[in-house]
Amino acid sequence: MNFTLEIWRQFDTGEEGRYEDFTVEGIDPEASFLEMLDQLNERLTEEERRTVAFDSDCREGICGTCSLVINDTPHGPRQVTSCQTYMRDFEDGATIRVEPFRSTTFPVIRDLVTDRSALDRVIQAGGYTGATTGPQPEPNSMPVAPEVQEKAMDAAICIGCGACVAACPNGAAMLFTGAKVTHLNLLPQGQAERGNRANSMVEQMDEEGFGGCTNFGECSRVCPQEISLDVIGMLNREYRKARLSRDPKDPPTMLAQ
Amino acid sequence: MRLPDAKIPPGPLEHKWQAWIDQHRLVGPNNRSGKNVIVIGTGLAGASAAASLAAQGFGVKSFCFQDSPRRAHSIAAQGGINASKDYANEGDSVRRLFADTMKGGDFRSREANVWRLAELSENIIDQAVAQGVPFNREYGGQLATRSFGGVLVQRTFYSRGQTGQQLLLGAYSALEQQVAAGNAVVHSRHEMLDVVIVDGEARGVIVRNLVTGEIERHAADAVILASGGYTNVYYLSTNAMGSNVTAAWRAHRHGALMANPSYTQIHPTCIPQSGEYQSKLTLMSESLRNDGRVWVPRKGGDDRPPAEIPEDERFYYLEERYPSFGNLAPRDIASRAAKVVCDDGLGVGPTGRGVYLDFRDAIAQRGRDVVEVRYGNLFEMYENITGENPYETPMMIYPAPHYAMGGLWVDYELQTTIPGLFAIGEANFSDHGANRLGASALMQALADGYFIVPHTVAHHLTADRESVSTTDSAFDTAQDAVESHITRLMDVGGTKAAQVFHRELGNVMLDYCGMARNAPGLEKALTEIGEIRENFWSDLRVDPGRDEFNQSLEYANRVSDFLELGELMCLDALRREESCGGHFREEYETDDGEALRDDERFAKVTAWEYQGDDGDPVPHDEQLSFENVKLATRSYK
Ligand SMILES: Cc1cc2nc3c(=O)[nH]c(=O)nc-3n(C[C@H](O)[C@H](O)[C@H](O)COP(=O)(O)OP(=O)(O)OC[C@H]3O[C@@H](n4cnc5c(N)ncnc54)[C@H](O)[C@@H]3O)c2cc1C
Ligand code: FES
Repeated sequence: MNFTLEIWRQFDTGEEGRYEDFTVEGIDPEASFLEMLDQLNERLTEEERRTVAFDSDCREGICGTCSLVINDTPHGPRQVTSCQTYMRDFEDGATIRVEPFRSTTFPVIRDLVTDRSALDRVIQAGGYTGATTGPQPEPNSMPVAPEVQEKAMDAAICIGCGACVAACPNGAAMLFTGAKVTHLNLLPQGQAERGNRANSMVEQMDEEGFGGCTNFGECSRVCPQEISLDVIGMLNREYRKARLSRDPKDPPTMLAQ
Repeated sequence: MRLPDAKIPPGPLEHKWQAWIDQHRLVGPNNRSGKNVIVIGTGLAGASAAASLAAQGFGVKSFCFQDSPRRAHSIAAQGGINASKDYANEGDSVRRLFADTMKGGDFRSREANVWRLAELSENIIDQAVAQGVPFNREYGGQLATRSFGGVLVQRTFYSRGQTGQQLLLGAYSALEQQVAAGNAVVHSRHEMLDVVIVDGEARGVIVRNLVTGEIERHAADAVILASGGYTNVYYLSTNAMGSNVTAAWRAHRHGALMANPSYTQIHPTCIPQSGEYQSKLTLMSESLRNDGRVWVPRKGGDDRPPAEIPEDERFYYLEERYPSFGNLAPRDIASRAAKVVCDDGLGVGPTGRGVYLDFRDAIAQRGRDVVEVRYGNLFEMYENITGENPYETPMMIYPAPHYAMGGLWVDYELQTTIPGLFAIGEANFSDHGANRLGASALMQALADGYFIVPHTVAHHLTADRESVSTTDSAFDTAQDAVESHITRLMDVGGTKAAQVFHRELGNVMLDYCGMARNAPGLEKALTEIGEIRENFWSDLRVDPGRDEFNQSLEYANRVSDFLELGELMCLDALRREESCGGHFREEYETDDGEALRDDERFAKVTAWEYQGDDGDPVPHDEQLSFENVKLATRSYK
């Protein structure tokens, strides 16, 4: 298969970027999108041209490293990660536009590579149970019904890629944060920090400059883990509950009121 | 150099670890923040070690090359983690887990280490649950377990097919909590390029900031390498693209011995390779062999669709050859069996290098729902990659390089031959002998990180040391070496990207140092690797610009170390004139084609010493002794 690629090139965070056109030829339909870019890079090296920078690691849809906007959609047409997108999903001869995840909270490092460390800082604000290493209670002394485990797991599988942020017209990280809060707040082990967690994670989102949620739902539509909008509902409820028990001097602006 | 003592505590096996714990020295809580530890790696081993040491109050600096610690390769582990809790009431015990692991490793690991691993396994599950890891539950809310290869009990705990992800997110969140508390700092997108040795002890590292290209110096009182395994030496493997040997290899060049480098695991159930452009192989968790049946057509070249091949024309080769373990034979055995049937011309798929993993019977007996709950996400992943639906047609699988049992030699305290330099997780050689059992890597990485190094490193930190500054001349020397290696890579000025050489190396390693090895092949590989290395250093091209983000430089740097490691692996495989576990030398097999060990000569660990660019590596042997298991020919029949 042959394709024309319009790829975003940007030397570093400060530089203004632009699109550059490339053609790739003789691509196997079974090649993944990233393997197609590998082939392009190998050729660019031979032509003594600078290779296109992009991130990936596991290449099986679980680490959350890959982060391309393909034809205006974070991760591309099939609601799977960029690395799980295959060339057979495109028409032969097509022109494909490739950009980095776009968000003011994800500055571009180079070309298609961005800095998503803001998401780590949201976790630092409260995405843990608080248990430190040492003797712990026997797990079966705190049974968890399989339905609850399943629901917690549906949220816990978030891979932290940030596609939700890139897709959101407001640049909100509600799906990401909602997933963590839902996972931990549903489980008995997450109860001790329950209120604090929602509060501080929401505050941190605000500090990082993520936008507020106005219910577009784009986040869930692009999420490769198909995390449901329910987690945002849960985050809203948990946050309101937590706020009732404290003085809201500077209410964060994140939440749809 | 002589191989140092492994420091195994005296006394009965069952009490060795407690005896060690009881006598080790402590640093008072008020003095801990003045002691600093560098942890390279944020996978299960590194994140758990960093979180645990920081929670004790030590100053921790953690490094990873990914953009976030949560993305370490451990995230991809699927099937589960072992623990001898005996929830299934089968009579499982620490002793049984110990014995299974010794036998699974084909009697090439240390008894004391393996016992401790089995002993700590239960605490790991408790710790993970306390962190909110959502393990699967039975009706009634109790933890669920299943079976993995090489054992007859159900001791594997799991979170769907994403156990590694959930365990890693548990460790990552514990680490981030320590970051928030100010006890730990994480440097993402930083790659360690050298360890700094002052007065014979590891006292710091040289790292490259992958965003700015700046070479940085970091000093500490101890350094822990949790940098993962090196299976990407085969180019195509189940490992993440970035997994590499650089941290361990640079330590090796400074005198840390590399143990059993040729012990690598080729995993039986992976999606077969489909094209030359392919960049990685995808694992299909071993847990699938609980319900999937492995078979090939009895007739070579039978190209009927699998559903049309009648029962008596199907060769369930694992069930026939290993009736008691059947489809759950250990990995080395299952992989070799697949290779043998494909060598015999019975393989399926476009390349003839594939076998079926069939769920037809499981779906008929247990229902599609049950199969979906157990493996739903794996089936989806398979369909995503291959475009075929495993509920309707069998999966096609073939073995792929997966795991490194070999690694840096460590003593009982997980310290390498460089004092103050510890190695944990897949980066060390310790517990799996010549073959690792499924679901035991996560167990080992977390035992090392949560429960062993927090004590052994603390013990090391009790000694009085002068503080070291990064202006020490040892840092100058190390930085110079790193800078000149980078200069050398930048200056080759050839025409080919590093992956070209990496691919060539991988082909050689797979052909001659993979599932089956022999002396002439290994000799040939050594010559060929030498040639690839020469071409690499004369025809490599990396993007210009060292003081900036430069992925082609990062990659070339890793490949330069793989090329050296590949040679050492072949030397090690050549010297070990026996077959054991994943190391199968065709000259040494039993009449029915099983591995033939030579306990007389090779019940040993071989630890290699680096001798400079032009010298030949020198092997040192650690004799293994077996007082608690009987050395026997492994049988899974
Ligand atoms: C697909 C797959 C499935 C698996 N499934 C299972 C399973 O079900 N059960 C099981 O028990 N095991 C499984 N394994 C094996 C297991 O996942 C690994 O052995 C284990 O996770 C290794 O953990 P680790 O912490 O030692 O290293 P890793 O997770 O590989 O982490 C290495 C870390 O080191 C860092 N690093 C490396 N070099 C440098 C450097 N030079 N500078 C800075 N940082 C560096 C990396 O950034 C990373 O953070 C699986 C493996 C694969 C590939
Ligand atoms: S590279 Fe890991 S999710 Fe795509």
